Formats: sequence, structure tokens, C-alpha cells
Amino acid sequence: MTTEIVAPPAEARPMDLLRFATAGSVDDGKSTLIGRLLYDTKSLFTDQLAAVEAVSAARGDEYTNLALLTDGLRAEREQGITIDVAYRYFATPRRKFIIADTPGHIQYTRNMVTGASTADLALILVDARKGLVEQSRRHAFLCSLLRVPHLVLCVNKMDLVDWSQEVYERIADEFTAFAAKLDVPDLTVVPISALRGDNIVARSENMPWYEGPSLLHHLERVHIASDRNLVDVRFPVQYVIRPQSTTVTDYRGYAGQVASGVLKPGDEVMVLPSGFTSRIAAVETADGPVAEAFPPMSVTVRLADEIDISRGDLICRPNNAPAVAQDIEAMVCWMDETTPLRVGGRYAIKHTTRSARAIVRGLHYRLDINSLHRDESADELRLNEIGRVRLRTTVPLLADEYRRNRTTGGFVIIDETTNRTVGAAMIVEAA
Amino acid sequence: MTTPAAYRVSHLDALEAESVFVMREVVAEMERPVLLFSGGKDSIVMLRLAQKAFAPANIPFPVMHVDTGHNFPEVLEYRDQRVAELGLQLVVASVPEALASGLVRESGDGMRNRIQTPVLLDAVEKHRFDALFGGARRDEEKARAKERVFSFRDEFGQWDPKNQRPELWSLYNGRHHPGESIRVFPLSNWTELDVWHYIARERIPLPSIYYAHEREVIERDGMFYAVNEFFRPRAGEERFKAQVRYRTVGDASCTAAVRSDADTVEKVIEEVAATRITERGATRGDDRVSEAAMEDRKREGYF
Ligand SMILES: Nc1nc2c(ncn2[C@@H]2O[C@H](COP(=O)(O)OP(=O)(O)OP(=O)(O)O)[C@@H](O)[C@H]2O)c(=O)[nH]1
Ligand SMILES: [Mg+2]
Repeated sequence: MTTEIVAPPAEARPMDLLRFATAGSVDDGKSTLIGRLLYDTKSLFTDQLAAVEAVSAARGDEYTNLALLTDGLRAEREQGITIDVAYRYFATPRRKFIIADTPGHIQYTRNMVTGASTADLALILVDARKGLVEQSRRHAFLCSLLRVPHLVLCVNKMDLVDWSQEVYERIADEFTAFAAKLDVPDLTVVPISALRGDNIVARSENMPWYEGPSLLHHLERVHIASDRNLVDVRFPVQYVIRPQSTTVTDYRGYAGQVASGVLKPGDEVMVLPSGFTSRIAAVETADGPVAEAFPPMSVTVRLADEIDISRGDLICRPNNAPAVAQDIEAMVCWMDETTPLRVGGRYAIKHTTRSARAIVRGLHYRLDINSLHRDESADELRLNEIGRVRLRTTVPLLADEYRRNRTTGGFVIIDETTNRTVGAAMIVEAA
Repeated sequence: MTTPAAYRVSHLDALEAESVFVMREVVAEMERPVLLFSGGKDSIVMLRLAQKAFAPANIPFPVMHVDTGHNFPEVLEYRDQRVAELGLQLVVASVPEALASGLVRESGDGMRNRIQTPVLLDAVEKHRFDALFGGARRDEEKARAKERVFSFRDEFGQWDPKNQRPELWSLYNGRHHPGESIRVFPLSNWTELDVWHYIARERIPLPSIYYAHEREVIERDGMFYAVNEFFRPRAGEERFKAQVRYRTVGDASCTAAVRSDADTVEKVIEEVAATRITERGATRGDDRVSEAAMEDRKREGYF
């Protein structure tokens, strides 16, 4: 027996979505902050809180350890650190949030990179007592490399430095100076105590000298609509839909998710790598045709002409196309502990919906995270090291610079023997 | 000219677009995908997303039900009806058959949660499935909150939470050796409330037990269990009639109902928005075994 729904649908109120990630060194309070944010926005369920209280009490913690809300793995609780990203969700009347709480420990940097790669905003925590440490710089650098559009420096544990404005300003200045050397489009700084809840959802009374908004206030209002690229039409073809059916005949549609730009019926388009041009006959979804498609919509594009198109091809405009390139210059973050990246190494890569193989032709330099110095004598990249690499691919990539396009500019490097994802690459130049 | 502000999608549309993308990736890259279909709301939503992802073509993979033998009749009926409507191929991995053949043995407490896993893995091996769509969501449970969208499993079906593959952007790595497989979770980023909003928006019919109805129950550990052939009250547990509904649908011997008057989707949305207890906390005896019950089961190959 099934219940048919006859009443008109209760439409979910359209809300936008902000994805944010935490970053910063081990023990600087990332998970505690997320716990506090969930607690103070009343996003926690009583059984979740009761479970965390019970574990805290059993361990003899003096206070309920809110970090346990995201540190859910057995090993994390035993070691008191975050090992892998935890995803948590909450909403306020203004926005819906997807949180990625990432680990600070250097050994798990690849998990931090995983969480930050899709973030609109990153919260970089620094312990006010310790100031910036190498890992804070590494994470700030990775956020800029991944082009997380908005950064918030949270100077945490202000309760342990007597809510000192001087300490706060010293750290804020030091970070701002470091960020100036990176490419950070938007930086905000907030003094907080994650443990006590100061400046998390409401302004703190302990720091009257701070005149900015609370962290939540900022998260609810930071302007993200213009972060999307609506100019360059990029539609990587994911799958060709060709029904084998007697009712739907001669249907051929190119399914995919719009990476950037706006697609409309009637638009003149070019298909890469072939270079053939055609016109968009229709943009469809399962619910019918749409007048326009833009990121992050998943749609099916139909063209006016019969062209041979398959997965991995890309639809763009004739006068605005990505490079069709086999020689790729990229910043690479290496994520494998067993074997380093070396010149001559061969790998599989995945770029948009296209798979290829690549050989490392050159390593220009390895970066020193603290000084941002370029070590040109380096001959390999080990776990967590970042460097500029030249690759030659077996088939052309349809690529943009990562700074212009986070989808057509990024790829992952896969070890063909272990099948593990061993590198994250951001394209600097494609020819 | 339209202003950029007009190019906005609601969060529900963004979630739908992401899930559709994930499902298409799997079909494009994997050899033998299968969708785990329990007749629960999450797998029902997943099935709708699969319809959308491949329309106007049919869903290009079979569905599998891991049948513990402890079913709600309404759910089985729903399963068969849905499968027939969509012309799907249904694979049943049957726990009762596995018990009869000696593949598994009934556990001491009579719960079939743990013994489902070998039955599932056996079916995966037999059919050589290399990608399994599951309806699990990260908001359900703290171990699930840690899992990748493409979750690699070794040849024993095991999950290694300390050694997951990095997963950047929307570049999913489904590569594996023969015998290994990938669990794929298209609803990773959905919450219970998102699922209900979507059910309302899409007017998706559900098994009737998701809506308030009168049932004979007993109360145990603060949860309401329906009295049926799989669930016997213990001495001293009193049977009574109550208005209840199910928030999750699992094995009928360990899934409890909640008291509720919500008999329409709108009322359920109101109820879910106001509730202070997680769905698994309110309804699942199997999660209460220990703090890490879910993580342990997942390591062994459970969903
Ligand atoms: N006094 C004080 N202690 C804090 C504050 N924030 C966090 N802590 C403590 O700092 C310790 C580490 O906190 P976590 O939240 O686990 O740190 P983390 O940054 O998540 O650590 P990793 O995830 O392992 O990198 C815990 O004992 C917290 O209670 C704060 O604002 N004030
Ligand atoms: Mg942490």
C-alpha cells in the first residue's frame, strides 16, 4: 500500500548554500569551533549531545568536549585529533551551510585538501598563544592555491591570553602580511574563543575593543554569488544519452554539469577537441526543457547537427574556448607517502570528465612553505610537498588556468599500480 | 541583460544537480553498477534521481534488495510495485536463503543487521558488481560523516577509515582492481529535512508506514516497536495502541517507530524540522550497541 501525495507540494524555500572548511594547525580548535557553532545555533540533536557528554564524562574531561561532535572515528577519539574530514550540515534562516571540518596534523594534509577543494570559504584557526606556525602557513597557502574565494582568520583561544587586543593585532598583522604574498581575494579576521563561544554566533562582551561582526554573522552574509564564472561557457560532456527504446527514437543528448557560463537554445557552440560547430537545439532536464543552464545545473544539451561527441569532449563558444593542450604546467600538491613524484614518472590523470595518461617532464621548483622560497634544485616532491611541474599528456586536455576556472583548471593524478589518488594539480599554463 | 543575481539555484536544486552528476559518473566509468534499494525513503529518492539522470532513457542498472527476511509488508509491496513500474531488474540478496545454505548463522540476539553484510558481499561477488549506490547520508551518523562520495572497498568489502583516497573537487576516482569495489553515496550531502522537502516537491509516493497510523506497539528503551511476527514483546512489556510513524525503514526486528500525528508530507516536514532527536537515535536498536557500532559495521562491509 502506498500513500499518494495529493496536496500541493511544500516547496523548500530557496536558500543558497555556503560550503566552508576549517583549516589551521593541530589543536588550534577547529573541531571545537564547529561543535560550538552547531551547539549555539541549536543545530544539535539531544541524543548527539548526550552521547558526546557521556563520552566526555567517562574520559574525565572537565567540560563537554564539543570537538567529539565531529571527531567521530574510534582512532580520532583515542588520539584526540582529527584524522579525516567530517561533513556537518546546518541552516539558519538566511543560509544553508555544508561544513568540512578538516585535520590540522601534517600527516593528514591530503584530507584537508579534500575538504578545502570545494569550499567557498575557509576558516583558518590560529592559537592566540602560539601565533602562526608552519602548519597555519601551509594551510593558508593551500587555500590560496585551491583558490578558496574567501578566507577568515580566526584568532582562537582568546580566553587564554586575557582577551588581549595586542596579541590579536600582532597575529592579525603577521597573517595579513603573509596573505599579501599569496593570492587571497578576500580576508576577514575575527578574535574568538571556540571553547567559550565568544564572537561565534554573538558579539563577545569580553572583547569590547573588537568592532567587527560575529563569525556566524559573517558566514551568513559573505557575498558568494559573484564567485561563479558566468562568462566562459564550459560544458564537459559526461555521458551520452541514447535511449534504446521504441517510444523515444533518434534521441541523442549530451549530459553533464555546467562548469561555467550560461547555455541557451540557439547559441552557437563549438565542440572540442574536434572543433566542429553547431547550435544548441535544446537544453533539457528530466522535468522538461529549460531556457538557460548555468552552474551548478546538471542538464542534457541537444545540438542541431549530428556530430560525433563522446564523454570527455567539451562544449564551449567558438570565440571563447579553453586550450586544447598536451603540455601542461601545473602546481602540484603531492599526497602519496610511499613514492615521491619524480621527473619521468608516469601516471593516470582525471581532468573534468576526461581521463588520460601523463608523464612528468620537469619539476621547476619545490616551495618552502614558510618563506615561499622556490627551491629549484629539488628533484622530487614528497608527501605534502608542493611544486611547479611540467607534464605531457597522451591526449589533449581541454583546459583553462585554474585561477580562471576551478573545474576546467584542476585535475588529479592517480597511481596506476595502486589506483590511489596521489596528487592534486592546478593548471598554471596549458599549451 | 539578466543580472548575475538571477542565476541562482535553490539548495535543493544544487543537491539534485550534484547527485545526478555523481550517478552519471558511475555509469560512465564503472562496469557493473547496482543500486541498493531497500524501500526506505533515501533509496526511493535515489531511484528518482537515477530516473532524472538518464531520462528519457531507462535507468541503466539493476537494483538490489538485501532482504533480511524481517520485512514490513508495506515496504515489500512498494518495492515490487516500483520495480515493475520502472521495468527494473531486481536482485534479491536473501538472508533467509543464506541461513538455509549455511553461509551465515543467526546471531545470538536475533538481530540480522550484522549477518546482512556477508550476504551482501556474496551477492556482489556473484554478480561481479563493481559499484554499489547506497542511500546513506553524512548527516545520519558520525562515522558516515567521514565517508567519501566514492568510498573504496577492498576485496573483503572492508572500509578503511584511516586511509581513504583524497577526493578533490568533483573528480571521483573509481579505479579498482578486480574483486575490489566502490560504494557510491549520491545523497552524501543531503539531510533528513532535504530528503523530505524533495519528496514533497517531487510528489514521490512512499510506503504508508512513513506516515502516522495506528499500530500495536510496546515501549523499549524509549522507542516504540511494532508487535509483529519478527518482534516479540518480553515479559512485562505491555502492548498498547498508538499513533506512530517510521522515520527510517530497516529490519523490522530492530527498527522502531516514533509517536506522530504527521499523516501528510507537510506535517512530516514540520515534525522533522522541529524534532530534537536524530532519526537513527530515535529508531534504531542496532546503533545502540556501542559508541562505534556503525563504524565497526562499516569496516566489515556494511553500508
Ligand atoms: N581555552 C581554550 N581551549 C580551546 C579553545 N578552542 C579549543 N580549545 C581546546 O584545544 C584543544 C584542541 O581542540 P580541537 O578542537 O580538537 O583542535 P583541532 O584544531 O580540531 O585539532 P585537529 O583537528 O587535530 O587539528 C581541545 O582541548 C580544546 O578544548 C578555546 O577557545 N579556548
Ligand atoms: Mg579537529
